[in-house]
Amino acid sequence: MAQANSPAPAPARKLPGSLDTNRRLDRWLNINADGTVTLYTGKVEIGQGILTAVMQMTAEELDINVSRLRLKAASTAFSPDEGITSGSRSIQESGLALRHVAAETRDLLLTRAAQKLGVTLESLTVADGVVSARGGGSVTYWELATPDLLAREATFDVTAKLPQEHVVVGTSLERVDIPNKVTGKPSFVQDMQPPGLLHGRICRPSGPKATLKSIDFKEVEQMPGVVAVVRDGSFLGVVAEREEQAIRAERRLARIAQWNNGPDLPANDPRHLLTLQAQAESEVINTKGDPATAGAKQFSAEYTKPYLAHASLAPSCALAHWGEGKDSGKVWIWTHSQGIYPLRGDMAQVLGLPEHDIIITHAEGAGCYGHNAADDVTLDAVLLARAVPGRPVRVQWMREDEFAWEPFSSPMVVKLNAALDDQGNIVNWSHELWSHAHSTRPGGKGGVNLLAAWHLEKPLPAAKPGNPPLPGGGSHRNAVPLYDFPNQKITNHLIRQSPLRTSALRALGGHANAYAIECFIDELAEAAGADPVEFRLRHLKDARAKAVIEKVAKMANWKPNEKGDGERGRGIAFARYKNLAAYIAVIAEVHIAEEVRVIKLWGAVDVGQAINPDGVINQIEGGMIQSASWTLKERVDFDKVGVTTRNWLDYPILSFVEVPEIEVALINRPDAPPVGAGEGTQGPVSGAIGNAIYNAIGARLRDMPFTRDRIVAALSA
Amino acid sequence: MALTIQVNGKSHEVQADAETPLLYALRNDLGLIGTRYGCGIGQCGTCTVIIDGKPVQSCDVPVSAVVGKQITTVEALGSDAAMHPLQQAFIAEQAAQCGYCSSGILMAAKALLDVNKDPSDADIRKALEGNLCRCGTHSRILRAIKRAAKEIRGA
Repeated sequence: MAQANSPAPAPARKLPGSLDTNRRLDRWLNINADGTVTLYTGKVEIGQGILTAVMQMTAEELDINVSRLRLKAASTAFSPDEGITSGSRSIQESGLALRHVAAETRDLLLTRAAQKLGVTLESLTVADGVVSARGGGSVTYWELATPDLLAREATFDVTAKLPQEHVVVGTSLERVDIPNKVTGKPSFVQDMQPPGLLHGRICRPSGPKATLKSIDFKEVEQMPGVVAVVRDGSFLGVVAEREEQAIRAERRLARIAQWNNGPDLPANDPRHLLTLQAQAESEVINTKGDPATAGAKQFSAEYTKPYLAHASLAPSCALAHWGEGKDSGKVWIWTHSQGIYPLRGDMAQVLGLPEHDIIITHAEGAGCYGHNAADDVTLDAVLLARAVPGRPVRVQWMREDEFAWEPFSSPMVVKLNAALDDQGNIVNWSHELWSHAHSTRPGGKGGVNLLAAWHLEKPLPAAKPGNPPLPGGGSHRNAVPLYDFPNQKITNHLIRQSPLRTSALRALGGHANAYAIECFIDELAEAAGADPVEFRLRHLKDARAKAVIEKVAKMANWKPNEKGDGERGRGIAFARYKNLAAYIAVIAEVHIAEEVRVIKLWGAVDVGQAINPDGVINQIEGGMIQSASWTLKERVDFDKVGVTTRNWLDYPILSFVEVPEIEVALINRPDAPPVGAGEGTQGPVSGAIGNAIYNAIGARLRDMPFTRDRIVAALSA
Repeated sequence: MALTIQVNGKSHEVQADAETPLLYALRNDLGLIGTRYGCGIGQCGTCTVIIDGKPVQSCDVPVSAVVGKQITTVEALGSDAAMHPLQQAFIAEQAAQCGYCSSGILMAAKALLDVNKDPSDADIRKALEGNLCRCGTHSRILRAIKRAAKEIRGA
């Protein structure tokens, strides 16, 4: 994005979204003679309904029915390179690119129509691809289009429709992928069954630092159906004719492999981060006024969150087909990676192949909510396929592999200090946070971010763990408060190396930062004798922020200074995602009888222009339930050797019996730019639950998850 | 060894070891990929099928144990032309995000509605206790099942 007040020279003009780096129109669209339109996007469906939304935006500008659109699954063979589908940026990047491409395509078609019909542009109208002249005569897009039509770069000469002209955008079009999913049709990479398919499984080390000491796998090679056992350093896998044969063979490998465990892992406590201060990259990321200002009363509090798992319902899966004969040296790959181009770059380094001989096509997996094992399993499949050229190999991780080896969300510690003046206003604010990295996806500089690559006999080291820069931020996402305090100081302590691998999970550091801020705001409101809603509004200038807070308070019929009754209570929280995207305010109602139950969640949301309102609400509801689950139940456990969380009993998530009732309202702003909805709920929901618990029982829980043990300890304290 | 199983009203011979989980026979031998692997130990419900009227997690039952029983998978719930009211309701309520849990939940819901025409919210939640959804579409799924029950009752 162009920055305001950038230093000279003036930046070059930018085209919308990913169009700026993929300027050819035919990279995005093709008008077909058969009355259909092919649409290419580099973004991928991860259960968020993004493909339906970009199809709406495209159909809107082209003035065609959505049913004419044919969407091509993203592939390195032909798709625009849009990097990674992450950060709730797909509407801004792919959607806005396609909106512009479609508008320009319509313009080119209308110019041709005017020539053909011998009329002026102004006399033309379009309905579902039929161009009609006011005085009579018509011609269709399908007649007008020729292969050269879009063989050009985008220009700056067209403008998209005004919001009030929209007829498709802003409607709750049904998701295009749901019918197949409810009728049991092949929908996922897990479902691909090409002829000659073999099945692979990987036998992982005893822990993240372990190496393979010895193994004699002759007996495994003799097992029924086993086609190959592959060992390369500490990478150990098996290929078999049938899936259950591969699983059985992998279990035998696990029994006979001897591992060196390597150095001990530390105790599982987020405050371990504080002991690593010597390794921290500490940076003051924001100051305002005089951070040394003293108020009448000083307050401080410390909040933590543990390692969290993405815990996709489907263990990660990929297919790979290593060419033989004339195709020798080429590999075809199907993956649910969120970034097929960055993955290809890392893959080329591991395989020593030129990128164009690695053809990666996206196929859906289950919801991933961030960087899970999708990329890792892809390299696993390729390494096994290389051992059996000419036959496709499907590798699906077992549930225990997924829990033990996916990259986790980093633990975090947030220390907050504030001062109130005599009127109970916040006059000073300090936020210090400690975290590991939140981005170790493929495509990192100076290394390879794929699990198996680190286990090979000639290992390829990992890239330096990354932290996306501000304004979006990584560990420091949402660390700068949106509240208007006169004096403040925000400090980020980033400790890149972590005992367990960490990477992006929904909202990154924004979850813990917004959670901590919102709990602390409630602590200060109480000290000031103020109502939590009024106290927030008092410290905000942003009108859209105030609007969602007022809206959610109204929805929940919030009573000023309402008090819980020792069992039931309610709490509120708010954040603007990344301080530049969706505004979200949440109220939680909890009931506590040793265990915390969330009874109901209310959410008020402003995502600017809602392309598909029901799609936005679905994302918001899902984010709210997932965050409630993180807050109440979730923590990855490990011992000195490795991860001990292996199944859903070890890692319970909110069940159908436990999920709260949910009520979500959108404040639609068709004139404001559309932003993503997938991640902004995470911090506010945790904050609202923490505040509701305090409201109910008068005990402040600051360490997530808020389990039965912690409630009992808080009640007896 | 050769085992004969009854799936969706037809007889199928499967060449597999007796202890092979039913899930893999359905997916890899019969091509019924709507039934999906999630955990392998009966904790998540993505592989739920109906066996003799009861919802069963097919990852956790050997194929030899279902010989002579009637197995129904999501593929037989309805067709594109004539979807089951549950399938229609899941579309009407947009009761999915990624959809990986959908097949198992549809089958658990079918087993419920077959014995309880007018389930309460608590009945439905209880019936789905063995099915996980990670995307958080629970409230839509609960709505969809109530909608389908109403449709089936003709209410």
